Amino acid sequence: MNYKIENIKQITVKKPLKLDCGQTLKDFPIAYETYGKLNEKKTNAILIFHALSGDQFVAGTNPVTNKDGWWNIAVGPGKAIDTEKYFIICANVLGGCMGSLGPKNINDIDGEPYGLKFPVVTIRDMVKAQESLLDYFNIKKLLSVLGGSMGGMQLLQFCALYPDKTFSAVPIASTSSHNAQQIALNELARQAIMSDPLWNNGNYYKDKKIPKNGLAVARMAAHITYMSEKGLQERFGRKLQEKKDYEFTFDADFQIESYLRHQGNVFVDRFDANSYLYISRAMDYFDLSKQFKNGLVGAFQNHKTRFLIISFSSDWLYPTKNSKDIVIALNASGANVAFAEIKTDKGHDSFLVNEPEFLETLKGFLDSNFEIFKNEK
Amino acid sequence: MKNEFKIITNLLPTGSRVLDVGCGDGALIEVLITQKNIDARGIELEENKVKQCISKGLSVIQGNAETELDQFPDKAFDFVVLSQTLQAFYKPENVLNELLRIGKKVIISIPNFGYWHVRASLLFFGKMPVTKSLPDFWYNTPNLHMCSIKDFYQFCDKRKIKMNKIIGVSNNKISSIHRINLEMKNLLSEIGIFLIS
Repeated sequence: MNYKIENIKQITVKKPLKLDCGQTLKDFPIAYETYGKLNEKKTNAILIFHALSGDQFVAGTNPVTNKDGWWNIAVGPGKAIDTEKYFIICANVLGGCMGSLGPKNINDIDGEPYGLKFPVVTIRDMVKAQESLLDYFNIKKLLSVLGGSMGGMQLLQFCALYPDKTFSAVPIASTSSHNAQQIALNELARQAIMSDPLWNNGNYYKDKKIPKNGLAVARMAAHITYMSEKGLQERFGRKLQEKKDYEFTFDADFQIESYLRHQGNVFVDRFDANSYLYISRAMDYFDLSKQFKNGLVGAFQNHKTRFLIISFSSDWLYPTKNSKDIVIALNASGANVAFAEIKTDKGHDSFLVNEPEFLETLKGFLDSNFEIFKNEK
Repeated sequence: MKNEFKIITNLLPTGSRVLDVGCGDGALIEVLITQKNIDARGIELEENKVKQCISKGLSVIQGNAETELDQFPDKAFDFVVLSQTLQAFYKPENVLNELLRIGKKVIISIPNFGYWHVRASLLFFGKMPVTKSLPDFWYNTPNLHMCSIKDFYQFCDKRKIKMNKIIGVSNNKISSIHRINLEMKNLLSEIGIFLIS
């Protein structure tokens, strides 16, 4: 994957970041993008955390892929997260491949790309790295932090680490701890990548023969988990791909096969296989309850942050139960919490597609909290 | 504002922590926050109403009070409010126990089945009553366990639930109910509001 570096904004994180694995990083790049304008009183800033395969290009056109930003449905002028009203910041995660320090960067030790020499990072490491952006923009308190899936994990971690740095928080289709099924699915993806001979133990940057097939299979498997059985059936059913009958081969006879192959193929053009390994690992290691004596309740004790937890009824990857566990912990710690389960057939991906009930709920929450936050300040 | 909400608002001290169970579109919660600076939360079953609450900036959880009150710790709230829904639960006794567990005090209002209008309907017309506080017909009512003020009074008495205050409401008239005037008030009140602990 190639991109023009001039399209990417970066800060250099100067203060040393001690990672959970024990190593320390310093003077490393974090790439970010912003949308809208920060108002004078700095009451309209929202930090969005992206998911596993996302990047900092939330809205408009992604200048690297020339496709829509991953949350273009929700973020933009007049949209649920209105960029005419709010100032949106999103950073590429540590370990990512869109300009933040990751395994494809050159390391200082031997002048080669890191590959597997890149330290194994955690969700907490990612969040600490991104927190530097608040200093950069001189924002003391955000209006809100938002994120779906792994983005939700980061924001829960953010709230636990920096309880006073955000007024509100919306974890969407997320979890406070990766469960066995979620780890298993990530392991499946990693094994697909690592069993591609071109992966070569993570050393593939030099001859540019990248483990495309492995990464594509990983993406295909993941894509299935983002949709519901009903959603898949309604959209694809047993429909054949531009043919009248079976061809009695292993080509993509069915539309669903063709769709998955396409999703796999386009993904390898924009994503680094090693980044996929590292980021999925960070998700597996995530268990917020382990960081506090009182478990998850301890993570939010005495917090004033106003939470809205959202789940989707047909999401089997991060089911409502995961969200409810967060709600229960927040209730037990006396925190301010609202919760809505959106009824939909669109599965885990519901937050990325046009799901009016969801977008209206999100908009209502943000707008009303903006009013309260403004008046408080 | 509904007369009933006025009475409930008056019963609640400023700055207290309150949970409104079955909070609907959040009308009572809004009043409590704006008028009495109460830390008011809600739980509501209907997705659409939850959305309305959230859009008003209210902390409302989507959930079923029949099965999901166990998510709140003991004495999590100073007051728990249940407005005219006790009769709609499958197991009102269990729900009541949960309310008393999570709240230091509980305010429950009930549409009074002992109200003369209700009695008359059955007595003279031989039909299930349809009134202002019981607007549904027998085939579409969500009410499973109707009771009168007297029934609920005796229910509390038997279980040694302390009744701190009982208020009868009829045509905007408010009166205090005690053991001594129970029979009369049971006949004349459309709604009964109980403050129990």
